[in-house]
Amino acid sequence: MDFANAIVALLNFVFVPATAYGAQLALGALGVTLIYSILRFSNFAHGDTMAFGTMVAILFTWGFQSLGISAGPLPTALLALPFAIAVTAGFVLGTDRVVYRFYRRQRAAPAIYIIVSLGVMFIMNGLVRLIIGVKDIDFADGGRFLISAGEFKERTGLAEGLAIKSTAAVTVVCAFIVMAWLFWFLQNTRTGKSMRAFSDNEDLALLSGINPDRVVRVTWVIAAGLATIAGVLYGLDKGFKPFVYFQLLLPIFASAVVGGLGSPKGAVAGGFIIAYSEVLVTYAWKKVLGYLLPDSMMPDGLAQLLGTDYKFAVSFAILIIVLLFRPTGLFKGKSV
Amino acid sequence: MAEPFLIGENMTGGYGGADILHDCTIAVDPGQIAVIVGPNGAGKSTAMKAVFGMLRLRGGSVRLDGEDITALSPQDRVAKGMGFVPQTHNIFTSMTVEENLEMGAFLRHDDIGNTIAQVYDLFPILKTKRNQPAGELSGGQRQQVAVGRALMTQPRVLMLDEPTAGVSPIVMDELFDRIIEIARTGISILMVEQNARQALEIADRGYVLVQGANRFTDTGAALMADDEVRRTFLGGQ
Repeated sequence: MDFANAIVALLNFVFVPATAYGAQLALGALGVTLIYSILRFSNFAHGDTMAFGTMVAILFTWGFQSLGISAGPLPTALLALPFAIAVTAGFVLGTDRVVYRFYRRQRAAPAIYIIVSLGVMFIMNGLVRLIIGVKDIDFADGGRFLISAGEFKERTGLAEGLAIKSTAAVTVVCAFIVMAWLFWFLQNTRTGKSMRAFSDNEDLALLSGINPDRVVRVTWVIAAGLATIAGVLYGLDKGFKPFVYFQLLLPIFASAVVGGLGSPKGAVAGGFIIAYSEVLVTYAWKKVLGYLLPDSMMPDGLAQLLGTDYKFAVSFAILIIVLLFRPTGLFKGKSV
Repeated sequence: MAEPFLIGENMTGGYGGADILHDCTIAVDPGQIAVIVGPNGAGKSTAMKAVFGMLRLRGGSVRLDGEDITALSPQDRVAKGMGFVPQTHNIFTSMTVEENLEMGAFLRHDDIGNTIAQVYDLFPILKTKRNQPAGELSGGQRQQVAVGRALMTQPRVLMLDEPTAGVSPIVMDELFDRIIEIARTGISILMVEQNARQALEIADRGYVLVQGANRFTDTGAALMADDEVRRTFLGGQ
């Protein structure tokens, strides 16, 4: 019984939250990796693109709520998602037209692009704070729990409860659908193949008659879609706060680099690796150990390797280790 | 003499700065193989790129089937029926052989199945490796993919920049055989070659360039028979 309780505690406090967080990171990292491989720069504005998209989704959600439109047990934000993606895609295409295109025509060095994207990041950051403010916003509605802790205890008779928030379930399902669609799109459609060809060998893609402007546009739209979805799912799960999204940039880049920059498979794997590492290292193991170890061997403290305040240190440490020992990442991306 | 099918006439120009080509003329007729040979730095590849529109000409013109295409971009020339195989980076390494061929036909909106089948007939090894990433193939096979990709637009002229660079002599002979086969279907071939002797053997027309200008122009066989060409460019005998 103790062992079962330990497993349930582990599922409840590690597996479920880490899987949801990993799916969010994976979606973010996919956007970063797509832009890196096709537009050939590290887009530091991606975190704030997520914030912008989420902000638009929240505004639409409020609009729907005031009109009395809801999605039943699902969060209303899912209904707002398509509109938010459209607005964000429009904004990002505008940014490309006004800012990035100039540097693309100059064939600017990647370092210049990074600084340019930093500038875009600050503008977006300011815009979001100006429009929606800096406070924490909880916009999740609909059903709270898929399985609640009390219900679980009652059914199984275990002391430990397993709660699955509906937002976590929605996150994982959405992320899975989006990833499956993206891989199918890149692998099987004419446009997807032309994007891969452009990423692989730009000159030869031009010689083959692939229209570079179209590839760039499609890439931005997909990246904006991924950013908005990732942002909304993260916000549903943990609440929306612009500054947190800005900070998410680090674990997202760490995910993309761990998996191998430019490799979509790597971005997904990297997202889960970073999420699990972060959660495992900052989890207080006292409870699980309490079920497994005899009293005499119980540790005095919380058995927590790092406080949650240090969770970013985990991404940083993994990032540095990967860059030192395997710069191309797990799936042989481009080295940084 | 009738106007050749493709001609770069009196081409003068370079990559900005000093001219590399000086009044250089290159031409090829349907079903013929024209080969550009010459010492290192003679402007062989530059002449080819000039014909394909990859550098701006200060003088001269390029005409395809009587039409002046001097002002067209390389992409537009592909649409006009010119295929180009660059010397390096000429395949999509991360994509499968078949995807490489599909990308070659990106401009076409009709059924490309027949053309793919023709490429596989020409290069049977590609059919067996169709689902393998092109980057995992050997040097000779990669060149086959590169040529196959260029053939996918069903070009009237195929331009090859040193197709045999870095492949073994056996593979080189094999590639030359395939090139002759392609020419027999009525496609004009214009190629730059380092292996001058072997290339001139299969050439209907040979151009010996020196310092960006035509030095000798004749049939391949005549150039091989020419004492001076042999002595100065083909190494002895």
